Amino acid sequence: MRWGVIVFPGSCDEQDVYDCLKNNLRQKVDFLWHKDPLAGKFDCIVLPGGFSYGDYLRSGAMARFSPIMKGVVEFAQKGGLVLGICNGFQILCEAGLLPGALTRNASLQFICRRVFVRLEETDTPFTCAGKKGQLLKLPIKHGEGCYYADPTTLERLHKNRQILVRYVDAKGRTTPAADPNGSLDHIAGVCNEGRNVFGLMPHPEDAGEKILGGEDGLKIFSSVIEACDKRGKRAWLD
Amino acid sequence: MARLSAKQFPQPPVSADTIASHGFSEEEYRRIVQILEREPNFTELGVFSVMWSEHCSYKSSKVHLKLLPTDGPAVLQGPGENAGIVDIGNGLAVVFKMESHNHPSFIEPYQGAATGVGGILRDIFTMGARPIASLNSLRFGAIDHPRTPYLLSGVVAGIGGYGNCVGVPTVGGELFFDESYNANILVNAFTLGIAEKKRIFTGKAKGVGNPLIYVGAKTGRDGIHGATMASEAFSEESEKRRPTVQVGDPFTEKLLLEACLELMKGDCLVGIQDMGAAGLTSSAAEMAARGGTGVELDLSRVPLRERGMTPYEMLLSESQERMLLVAKKGKEEQVKRVFERWDLDAVVVGKVTRDRLFRAFFDGAEVVRIPVAALTSEAPVYTRPAERPQSQDDVQRLDLEKIEEPADLGAALKRLLDSPNVASKEWVFRQYDHFVRSNTVVAPGADAAVIRIKGTEKGLALTVDGNGRYCYLDPYVGGILAVAEAARNLACVGARPIGLSDCLNFGSPERPDVMWQFSQVVQGMRDGCIALGVPVVSGNVSFYNETDGVPIYPTPTVAMVGLLPQVARHVTPWFKSPGDIVVLLGRSREELGGSEYLKVIHGLAKGTPPWIDLRLERAVQHSCLKAIDKGILHSAHDLSEGGLGVALAECCISGPEKPLGARVEPREMMRGDARLFGESQSRIIVSLKEKDLNRLREIAEKEGAPMQVIGEVGGSRLVVHPLIRLPVDELKSIWSSSLERRLRDAR
Repeated sequence: MRWGVIVFPGSCDEQDVYDCLKNNLRQKVDFLWHKDPLAGKFDCIVLPGGFSYGDYLRSGAMARFSPIMKGVVEFAQKGGLVLGICNGFQILCEAGLLPGALTRNASLQFICRRVFVRLEETDTPFTCAGKKGQLLKLPIKHGEGCYYADPTTLERLHKNRQILVRYVDAKGRTTPAADPNGSLDHIAGVCNEGRNVFGLMPHPEDAGEKILGGEDGLKIFSSVIEACDKRGKRAWLD
Repeated sequence: MARLSAKQFPQPPVSADTIASHGFSEEEYRRIVQILEREPNFTELGVFSVMWSEHCSYKSSKVHLKLLPTDGPAVLQGPGENAGIVDIGNGLAVVFKMESHNHPSFIEPYQGAATGVGGILRDIFTMGARPIASLNSLRFGAIDHPRTPYLLSGVVAGIGGYGNCVGVPTVGGELFFDESYNANILVNAFTLGIAEKKRIFTGKAKGVGNPLIYVGAKTGRDGIHGATMASEAFSEESEKRRPTVQVGDPFTEKLLLEACLELMKGDCLVGIQDMGAAGLTSSAAEMAARGGTGVELDLSRVPLRERGMTPYEMLLSESQERMLLVAKKGKEEQVKRVFERWDLDAVVVGKVTRDRLFRAFFDGAEVVRIPVAALTSEAPVYTRPAERPQSQDDVQRLDLEKIEEPADLGAALKRLLDSPNVASKEWVFRQYDHFVRSNTVVAPGADAAVIRIKGTEKGLALTVDGNGRYCYLDPYVGGILAVAEAARNLACVGARPIGLSDCLNFGSPERPDVMWQFSQVVQGMRDGCIALGVPVVSGNVSFYNETDGVPIYPTPTVAMVGLLPQVARHVTPWFKSPGDIVVLLGRSREELGGSEYLKVIHGLAKGTPPWIDLRLERAVQHSCLKAIDKGILHSAHDLSEGGLGVALAECCISGPEKPLGARVEPREMMRGDARLFGESQSRIIVSLKEKDLNRLREIAEKEGAPMQVIGEVGGSRLVVHPLIRLPVDELKSIWSSSLERRLRDAR
């Protein structure tokens, strides 16, 4: 399978994703420049973390107008896998590929630390290698990660089981103290109704090796690899 | 953009007032006239004032800085360039430097600190290195001073706001509070980058006829005379200086970083330099000086973002996120294409000339014509009078017999852990991205940060240290201790030092007592560096850190970089397993002068700082390093502020998992407070399996380091028999919540 990692102006974690996929999982990865149209055969497109366009307006608000995003929307509509991490999650929300919005952390401060998230659903290409209820220890680093959705949207998220990861404590319980940014319903990541677009605030790419403090992040990427193997090569874009 | 024409810009006359307001002494002005063989015009006066400012010229410090050892087998570039460079093998080099941004940060904490980070990042990537780790060293006034929470929150948010956005992890640093910094905080920012050895770039304007290309953000009026401001003491007037503080744009910096590194892969570039302090003027003049050439600037081409800017303003602006390149003739379009891709301006604004003159034209008219050397190598150099003040004797006088030992030493330990100088700094670190670039092996909070070097088995350790109180009590010893502690912190993670960068923060050099402190600190640092074999490869000096005539504590901050041949072997400070044996390497003495204990419990900053025997220091560090090489240590932690008591507590509570207790019984016979909280140097607490004890003993004996087994890890209490017996959970809760709580209380 083949991964594409988009480089927006102000992306910071594209190299981390690239190195994690290439060095830890021996994957084929290409960088994709935001000014180019989306061309070529890819199984999964990653929108990495960072501060696209400086996030001066609203996180992700500018990047969704980058030329490549037209192709990303079409790719997603055709069922292609799209993974948004941190700023990538914010961009996907702004682009309307994912429901809800990410607002200033409740503390009003940027927060960088390791958190636990619980896998809530495993019938998606991003979580299928995990077990329901499994805990992953992942780094977060963001100033605007407080997830919000209006009550109707939230109800739909529940009904369709679109909440894939929640912030929990070391014992797997959702508590206010375990929620680092005040997210609604402790939501750390959601997918779309088609379950082929996933956005999360934590950074799985920075938890891919023991020497960096753990490899729980690999669970997300190896889920995608497993799903793609099952569904056959390059199922989504030809 | 409405531009002025030469006719609209008559040079204002140069009068005695303008000369004085540019900070020149009569003698300095006479020298300018002598060099030019005529009176300077107003613009030239401005150019001289920034280039001869203390900040740019090092005129008061130069004679002293020459004492520092700057050479070493692995040093590729010592002081004098944008940053120092050290070879780390594998065809790679590290490029690093620390710089101060004290004055702007006090006036406008967020932007001052942010642009401090921006400036140091540019110093690193201008040399062809990708920045991969930052540190910062901060000093604030007393935590209950009304301005401290505002200044601290602003500075931390500014450092995070800039560094996070550019995608460079902040992996460590230090934070210290003392009344001495109430009206003059210190913000020293350090960045390290990594480069291929054969693709290093320097700030040299070579090749007559080669174009000078301006890249990055447009020029505005911000920061005009920033370099001059950094060369003056504070007064109540300083608040009015807020508009001279530059505003940072980390997004543009990120684009500039990526564009420059992309350009450096090709074959277009001859030289490159950041437009930092004194902006276009210093970058152009310094590059010409290093290249042995001249430069000619056409100011009419400088990209502007404000109307009606004069040549004076363009030359002196310190607008951020700008660089000056010297490209190969004929490659201009190639350069422009790279910057266009990143949506940045790239404009030819001049060329390299043979005449060794710094010339600037505006609307066809020559507005500046000064020999390059007059602005650089021939700038004034002073040997300022230096004298030990009489009051120093009184400062050093401390009669321990008059210091009452607290009845409850456990309560004293709790108060020390609650001191913001000792307490956990997590409130600060969690506002910095320390994961990005996925290299961080040991995150902020340990003795030194550790990052791995991708594609190799190696790692780098980074630390920054400097105790202003020690230097105030004895600047010579304080200078040694700053270097020794930094090296010891590296040893605790298993790294051998390869070089250091420093910021020397002092009061006014025009005061003999301050110059005495300065020269003593530099001599101390020199002796420390020589004994421990660490070259100084870069750094800066910040004078005039005083307000209304009161200087800060003399504060050198030492950022040291170490190499780990195998990063997987690194060690962390906290205890790992119950049953491990606790060993103290080094020797304790009855020393309380200058200690955090004396300050917190008795309200005193007096006495002489702990003495240091550099041979013992080396023996202790080498023992620790060799034991880590052999893989027998489970933890290693340096003893510093708060002595053995605090260090033991930190070993118990600073780990990421549940705290672990320990039971120890140090043998030294001395008063209890000195035994627990004395800050004797050259000491490291290590823990290891009992079966490895003999191997450690052999190593220590061979190195000549004293060692004593003091106890065992285990239980839920820290017991220092017979003085202290406290639950580690309680210690952890005090230590980890103190900073946040005290900031809240102070508001």
